[in-house]
Amino acid sequence: MSVLVYVENADGKFKKSIFEVVSYAKAIATQNNTGLIAISIGTVSTDELANLGKYGADKVLNASTDQLKTFVNQAYASIIFEAAKKEGANIIVLSNSFSGRGLAPRIGVKMEAGVADGAVSLPNQTAGSFTVKKTAFSGKAFAVVELNSENKVISLTPNSYKVIDGGANAPLETFTVETKESDFKAIVKDIIRATDKVSLPDAEIVVSAGRGLKGPENWGMVEELANLLGAATACSKPVSDAGWRPHSEHVGQTGIVVSPNLYIAIGISGAIQHLAGISSSKVIVVINKDPEAPFFKVADYGIVGDAFEVIPKLIEAVKQHKASA
Amino acid sequence: MKILVCISNVPDTTTKITFTDNNTQFNTAGVQFILNPYDEIALARAIELSEGGKGTVTVINIGEISTEPTIRKALAIGADDAVRVNAKPHDAYFVAFQLAQYVKENAFDLILTGRESIDYNGSKVAGMLGEFLDIPSISIIKKLDINGDIATVEREIEGGKEVITIPFPFVAGVAEGVAEWKIPNMRGIMSARTKPLKVIEAVAVKTLSEVISYETPAPRGQVKLVPADDAAKLIELLHSEAKVI
Repeated sequence: MSVLVYVENADGKFKKSIFEVVSYAKAIATQNNTGLIAISIGTVSTDELANLGKYGADKVLNASTDQLKTFVNQAYASIIFEAAKKEGANIIVLSNSFSGRGLAPRIGVKMEAGVADGAVSLPNQTAGSFTVKKTAFSGKAFAVVELNSENKVISLTPNSYKVIDGGANAPLETFTVETKESDFKAIVKDIIRATDKVSLPDAEIVVSAGRGLKGPENWGMVEELANLLGAATACSKPVSDAGWRPHSEHVGQTGIVVSPNLYIAIGISGAIQHLAGISSSKVIVVINKDPEAPFFKVADYGIVGDAFEVIPKLIEAVKQHKASA
Repeated sequence: MKILVCISNVPDTTTKITFTDNNTQFNTAGVQFILNPYDEIALARAIELSEGGKGTVTVINIGEISTEPTIRKALAIGADDAVRVNAKPHDAYFVAFQLAQYVKENAFDLILTGRESIDYNGSKVAGMLGEFLDIPSISIIKKLDINGDIATVEREIEGGKEVITIPFPFVAGVAEGVAEWKIPNMRGIMSARTKPLKVIEAVAVKTLSEVISYETPAPRGQVKLVPADDAAKLIELLHSEAKVI
């Protein structure tokens, strides 16, 4: 028995959310007095792979062939399943990323495993059962899920477990497995990724704006503030519905659920559907000219004021803060 | 083209979520249930793709009789017929297994689900169903076009998208962008009453997971207000007190 963690790369690199996943998987391995094996699929440098040892991987399997250069969930799930069989792993851990959501259910069926998606803390194994706390009702609540099966699949919500480093480089092992042609029916034709922007689902800081900004032409200052803070930009549903911003920025019950360290909401009143998507943010800042806006009730810090006056002042303040730091 | 849209019955987005029985049961008292918004977008796209005699749209729900108003809503929006598997949807594995049984007996070219249900947010049914049927699944798509025997979809990834071609049959989880929500018209509402709704019984499946309790997020303290003309103070608090920048 061991724990297997799937380490997803983005353009050959691992992001912080993957170091979180490895640290988390290591803690589960420790709970069970066993080792942690990582599996990488695709093209990643040996330095980048060995570095995973720092976060707790005892060994890194590397499945890297031309056929596996782009992500095809059906094929990747088969490889992870084969790796689990070879290593005798019964707990599979991965990120609850967009790709993770395509993988976890397929692995779950292959292994006849209960799947805990969107875990927010370590499993509780003290009472002889295996329970995992996960987000539910789009962030309005948490559900504690018991996994009754011998095999288990857990996907971790980004920004919900701290990165723990300090280990040494991990040994690498090439992992080859016969692939099925029928696993490669989906073909990736193009990957379009904005490399100059912070991605929203795993961002540590999010600057979000709503109808209070009055129109898409006013987003320049939101983006400037986000850039200065190293933050992702987001918006409320009315804003994406109106086409001011893309749907991929819509945060809330029917959009993306985020859990950053800092969520700054500007000109968003705080409808229950929006609050659902951001309630697990660690610190919430609300800027709204209406002191009665419901968002203030869930905020940690607030400014009652007009966005068009407050944002430029914030931009100046961040610049000064960075200059003095 | 035969399209199957898998729908679920979920609490309305405005619902305040509370629990009973020592936080082990979701409190449904006074809760309005609706067609899961993402499933509704999937249904809208399925109807667009089938219009003009190009295909048929079947909706399927795993649920007890209480979900029938939601199924009728889907028929009013424009599905041709409906199936209800008469069972409580225990978990995603149970639901996907029932769906797979139905699809094995009734072939479909395209199977759509919402990207996730807004109650348990698992995003699991599309992938599990694809695996049970040994066909491709794409977890979250923002665009779906068909050209002969091949579909082109756009899959969401962190900070961007992938353009993917995929042959039929396949399963896809649908998000905003694929279609606009459709509001049922009077004719749709009238005809929904007489469209076929078949009820079938569930097959037994192993229980792999179980929700044993719920928690609500910890309430936050009183908001600390900063004067509008002192933005520097806010940045200072975020740095030295909250330690987030």
